[in-house]
Amino acid sequence: MATTFAHRVCPDTGLKVCRHAEALIKANAVVAIVFLAIGGLFGLLVALTRWPAVHILPADLFYLALTAHGADILIFWIIFFEIAILYFASAVLLNCRLATPRFGWLGFWLMLVGALMANVAVLQGESSVMFTSYVPMQAAPHFYLGLILFAVGALIAVFVFFGTLVVAQHEKTYEGSIPLVTFGAVAAAIIAVYTIASGAIILIPTFLWSIGLIGDIDTLTYRLVWWGLGHSSQQINVAAHVAVWYAIAALTIGSKPLSEKVSRGAFLLYIAFLPIASAHHLLTDPGISSEFKVFNTSYAIYLAVLASMIHGMSVPGAIEAAQRRNGFTRGVFGWLRNAPWGNPAFSGMFLSVVMFGFVGGISGVVLGTEQLNLLMHNTLYVTGHFHGTVAAGTTLAFMAITYLVVPLIFRRELILKGWCKWQPYLFGLGAFGISMLMMGAGTLGVSRRHWDMTFSDATLSFDYPPAAFLMMGLNGVFAVLATIGGIMFIVVVVGSVLVGKPRDEETAKTAPIIFQGGGATISGHGGEATLKLPGTVTLVTVFFISFVLYYFVNWKFLSEVWPLS
Amino acid sequence: MAITPPEERLWWKEPLARMEVMWISIAFVWGLVMFFTMVYWHIDGQQNLSNEAYRISPDAFAEKVEAFAAEYTVREEGDTGIPVVRPPAGGDAYMLGRLWEWWPILELKKGESYRLHLSSLDWLHGFSLQPANINIQVHPNYEMVLTVTPDEAGVYSVVCNEFCGIGHHQMVGRIHVVE
Repeated sequence: MATTFAHRVCPDTGLKVCRHAEALIKANAVVAIVFLAIGGLFGLLVALTRWPAVHILPADLFYLALTAHGADILIFWIIFFEIAILYFASAVLLNCRLATPRFGWLGFWLMLVGALMANVAVLQGESSVMFTSYVPMQAAPHFYLGLILFAVGALIAVFVFFGTLVVAQHEKTYEGSIPLVTFGAVAAAIIAVYTIASGAIILIPTFLWSIGLIGDIDTLTYRLVWWGLGHSSQQINVAAHVAVWYAIAALTIGSKPLSEKVSRGAFLLYIAFLPIASAHHLLTDPGISSEFKVFNTSYAIYLAVLASMIHGMSVPGAIEAAQRRNGFTRGVFGWLRNAPWGNPAFSGMFLSVVMFGFVGGISGVVLGTEQLNLLMHNTLYVTGHFHGTVAAGTTLAFMAITYLVVPLIFRRELILKGWCKWQPYLFGLGAFGISMLMMGAGTLGVSRRHWDMTFSDATLSFDYPPAAFLMMGLNGVFAVLATIGGIMFIVVVVGSVLVGKPRDEETAKTAPIIFQGGGATISGHGGEATLKLPGTVTLVTVFFISFVLYYFVNWKFLSEVWPLS
Repeated sequence: MAITPPEERLWWKEPLARMEVMWISIAFVWGLVMFFTMVYWHIDGQQNLSNEAYRISPDAFAEKVEAFAAEYTVREEGDTGIPVVRPPAGGDAYMLGRLWEWWPILELKKGESYRLHLSSLDWLHGFSLQPANINIQVHPNYEMVLTVTPDEAGVYSVVCNEFCGIGHHQMVGRIHVVE
């Protein structure tokens, strides 16, 4: 039925891999990892500067490095990688040709030129305005222009993804609904369109302002619309890395979702409710009503949080069900003990699930509670929270799936198997440490984006409590751990792609890297038949109790500060 | 057990398992609890941020703060002689943020309420009252008015926690709360 197109049949999964999609996946993934390396090293410099005993950079370079770290990691690394995921989830999983590959390349080059332009602007030193570039602080015009070009390129790539879905449907390359992972990618792509539109609405006028064509830009309007970009871009990550969790679980242990309806319903909730919540960042701003804040910050009535809690049950649940089906039925946690912990794709995915939920998720809800935000706004707590979501959650999930992308798409065996095995744990531990310690320091009031917590040059002195200094020192130690984990990842991936043994059909048979039938599972349908999952019930119960306790402890803290009205 | 294998069903017609229904219900109810906790705190909580704000030009705000300082200054503090201003209990208190200082220093009485006016003369700043840990975003062109009731005496610092350029880390203000 399907029309012919240039492709190969993957000897591991049996899926048809469109040559154009394959080349674009490679290009986007490689560039993503280069930006991860650059942004990660800037991050190390930031953490070492905030380690009071080390304090490595002078103030101007610190603010420069912090701007570069934010842009390279939060935008360029993640979005390049997500574009690769979109092409994989459309063309590869649907056994289809990629729509308009030329536009795919146009998008790629626009994104690359834009990202390089923004990096050059930051490195020239005139654009140390932070990732958020709040007006009226002004960056060089090519900083904004770079971001705009990048966004246009990303938008083109997203439409190539949508086009591929249309092609697949038209050419009937799949039956029934699209697979769950593709469904998750659709959620990410829809949120991406909203995000990029918000970015265009605010960055185009800001660019015009930077070259003197328009007058002032209102600071509150800027923050409101910019966070439609800034917060929502992180919501693309949530939808994308949840899709990645399902994909890895399917490929490594053959898991199916517990129920397609529940998982897909949760993705629909993401589409409907995740894109609001720019108010998370405006809870202490003047001139915005509490009604708006309460509604917006809670994604209506926490309906997007509901979706994440659903995935928080259904992902470990799917893993438990698959493991039990595979014969690991002993006790409550036999399935977990016998999981493939030496497989970096699995271990990275599982650590990402746990840390995204416990660290990033719970802290995010607390931080986004209207009144509780008073205790934490612009402190390091915010930074700790989003390292829990973006470093320990998204980045670790993307690293994990890279361990499958290298053999499956690049057709190379991984080198340094011992490093691969330990890398997710090392990076995960580092990311966990920096998240928790920054949240701790933030609870003690330490400001984010701040060069000198000793205030040695200030006219009026102030000392943060000694515990805050200890935490910032430990934060530096964990940042070094995360960096070592990051370097190991880069060495393994770049090394494997350059000098790894080619993976041929013979190795695919003798040394399978994916679960038998995993290719059919990830591109197929259907949930688990039985749902006796005592391990998952225990996990979600612990999660729920931690969530409730931590939430109300913070209200207790709030009730102790000065009365305000 | 269904007769047809799950692969052949339409996903939106799949039945839900009991465990799924329970977890979704718990999560939904918890969302309601968290939502209404925010609403409840507006009714019965002591710590709510004011929604009172006015548009004002930086010059006009600077003029108001200077008039306030001229009227109520009681002494000077620090190497640069920053005025310490003691507003009448229950009255208006003003503090402005600019590159890179909070001005003036305030002296408030414990247990009294003040209408605190905050605005910026230039860029965004962050009013971070330490060690109380109250953090508020301060914009230029917007004057935010909130009622504060200091409930413990001591020396409080106002750290700027919104990045405002190369001198950001030197921007520290002060509030005295006296018995």
